[in-house]
Amino acid sequence: MKTYLPPRFIVERDDSRCIRCEVCVNQCSFDVHSYDPEDDELRSREENCVGCHRCVVFCPTKALTIRRNPLDYRENYNWRPEVIEDIIKQSETGGVLLTGMGNDKSYRIYWDHLVLNASQVTNPSIDPLREPMELTTYLGRKPDKVEFDGTRLKTELAHQVKLEVPVMFSAMSYGAVSLNVQESLARAATETGTLWNTGEGGLHPHLYKYGDNTVVQVASGRFGVHPKYLDIARVIEIKIGQGAKPGIGGHLPGEKVTAEVAMTRMIPPGTDALSPAPQHDIYSIEDLAQLVYALKEATDYTKPVAVKIAAVHNSAAIASGMVRAGADIIVLDGLRGATGAAPKVIRDNVGIPIELALAAVDDRLRQEGIRNQVSIVVAGGIRNCGDVAKAIALGADAVYIGTAALVALGCTLCQQCHTGRCAWGICTTDPRLSKRVNPDIGARRLCNLLRGWSLELKDILGGMGINALESLRGNRLHLRGIGLTDTELEILGVRMAGS
Amino acid sequence: MQREQSTELIATSGWLGGSKTTRVDASELSHRELNTKLRALVSTGVQKIELLNVSGQRYIGTGLRAPVEIDIFGTPGNDLGAFMDGAKVVVYGNAQDGCGNTMNSGEIVIHGHAGDILGLSARGGKLFVKENVGYRAGIHMKEYVDKKPMIVIGGTAQDFLGEYMAGGVLMVLGLGLKEGERHRTNFVATGMHGGVIYLRGQIEQFQLGKEVGVAEPDKVDYLVIHQLVAEFAYHFGYDAEKILQDRFIKLFPLYLRPYGRLYAY
Repeated sequence: MKTYLPPRFIVERDDSRCIRCEVCVNQCSFDVHSYDPEDDELRSREENCVGCHRCVVFCPTKALTIRRNPLDYRENYNWRPEVIEDIIKQSETGGVLLTGMGNDKSYRIYWDHLVLNASQVTNPSIDPLREPMELTTYLGRKPDKVEFDGTRLKTELAHQVKLEVPVMFSAMSYGAVSLNVQESLARAATETGTLWNTGEGGLHPHLYKYGDNTVVQVASGRFGVHPKYLDIARVIEIKIGQGAKPGIGGHLPGEKVTAEVAMTRMIPPGTDALSPAPQHDIYSIEDLAQLVYALKEATDYTKPVAVKIAAVHNSAAIASGMVRAGADIIVLDGLRGATGAAPKVIRDNVGIPIELALAAVDDRLRQEGIRNQVSIVVAGGIRNCGDVAKAIALGADAVYIGTAALVALGCTLCQQCHTGRCAWGICTTDPRLSKRVNPDIGARRLCNLLRGWSLELKDILGGMGINALESLRGNRLHLRGIGLTDTELEILGVRMAGS
Repeated sequence: MQREQSTELIATSGWLGGSKTTRVDASELSHRELNTKLRALVSTGVQKIELLNVSGQRYIGTGLRAPVEIDIFGTPGNDLGAFMDGAKVVVYGNAQDGCGNTMNSGEIVIHGHAGDILGLSARGGKLFVKENVGYRAGIHMKEYVDKKPMIVIGGTAQDFLGEYMAGGVLMVLGLGLKEGERHRTNFVATGMHGGVIYLRGQIEQFQLGKEVGVAEPDKVDYLVIHQLVAEFAYHFGYDAEKILQDRFIKLFPLYLRPYGRLYAY
């Protein structure tokens, strides 16, 4: 069938600069560039281009420019090119549209409508260059009260996980991303004093040594879940849902299940790894409690159990149930949370923004007097240190970053993760492509990112005149809203700027 | 303190059949206390434990990493042997839901019925149930190289038997079924993409999921069937020969990738 899809991008090659080195040919994993030795010319199959800019970055003479095809259809706000192209794709295949990364639609980004406070005259700001600033965060259940026996703490504290930086790396499974990506994350987390997350794909033995900084996931497919996996982990996370695809399971396609992935997930190579939509032992809060305690029993109550849900309409009530079910950490993944593959219609239409979910959950747990019993971690669209500071002021204990970490490794959000052909070697299990992420360099880039954010966070705190992150946590008086309706301000629990 | 006393071992260790046996009265113990006690006993080298008056305590055997033998008298609660790794559990009574959940290795023998999701996501080990089981038995079992979970059910099963099954062996013997009575389960092996199911007793095509094929067992299948039926008969005192006289059918996944053609790209 002839496709009616026009190319999304236009490849422009400056022939006066091109030296026929064929770097673009070798770098492109989507077969755009080819060299014709007869005419000594490089050609482009523009219909294959996904706009990942791998060739642009690696072209030694800067001969390449990738531009969006303007696709000047007759103007129509309703029938935009994306809408038209989606219909074309489905009329040619009859399938569910798949995509990668997070929701790219223009839903309001509340971080951009919140501003932070600073000290002026009436209280002094603190200079983080000369004074110590405390970013240390402890995740885990906190007691209702503490009792002392003389000077010694009498209350038995639940297991706490210490983070040097309140930024952790989100769940990205081996299979979705390459082992080199996971190693980069694990090493950066270890070096920085934070945590990375295995996702639901088991833990490759090569990464066991980073166990103290590892969150292992137990999800509906239970891939690679065995006693050692649980023993090695610092935190065990039960995954109920994911921001990019709330209510939906996962299918790791058979092509991505290589021998190594098969070993780690403990399934035969080449079969689809199916994660069912629900966990079939969890149909209620009581059932969740059962799995939480099964995992605690399996590890003799030595590590916190986290429960991750996608942010949905009733998140606040669900979160309350999660705390009562025994979760030590709850993870909320918002509307803009990313994925290695999800149905586009789900990614783009299901769930609620993380800012609203966080505010609602924090409020609810405070109202019920159980906020201390759990740590809240938020994920889904945290882009920079400003977002981190605002999330913490809204009530988060820490944040997860996924997309931001992948961008540090080279990702340009071309949204082709589901194809397994990532030219940047990130979201692929192809051995040739995955070599493109060098764990030495990857870990360095990630450490640099976290270091930069830590310095900025200290600057933000100092400016507010506070010297510990704990003083900002849940302190919404440090936030003001701009361009928000009364209802939005009410849900966020912040006042209008100027008031 | 008083509670602690009442839960002290009612019989001290002795040598029975060549192994050290300890009896524990579980009647006053919470699941956490019971499992703490089990772990403590196992760490002292006890090889056989009899749990008396068990009344709904969950997670018995969870987290045990030793080839200890546990006999349970009474009714254990949900998630019996969840994440279990190497222990052998015998239940003289019925088991509840989630028995053998994500079990890694070991053996569970139930002299009665078992509830829903028996052997959910099991990755190894063996489960024998004398009577019937609830919904979704064997759901999403997996196998990898030498790790292969096996479940034998003496009676019949409720719906979604072997749903999403990705590996292992699931056998249902239909021993309690009357002449002409079909197995209870519908939607058998919906989404199955690995492993094998052996069924004895009557079942109709409409009871089977779309992703499953039916065949006569071949020679290799019969090796497995003979072995598992012999073990089942040994555990529960049946005549294996008599069970094997009847016809078995084999259910197998039609596709390794049952949902591969759902997507546009």
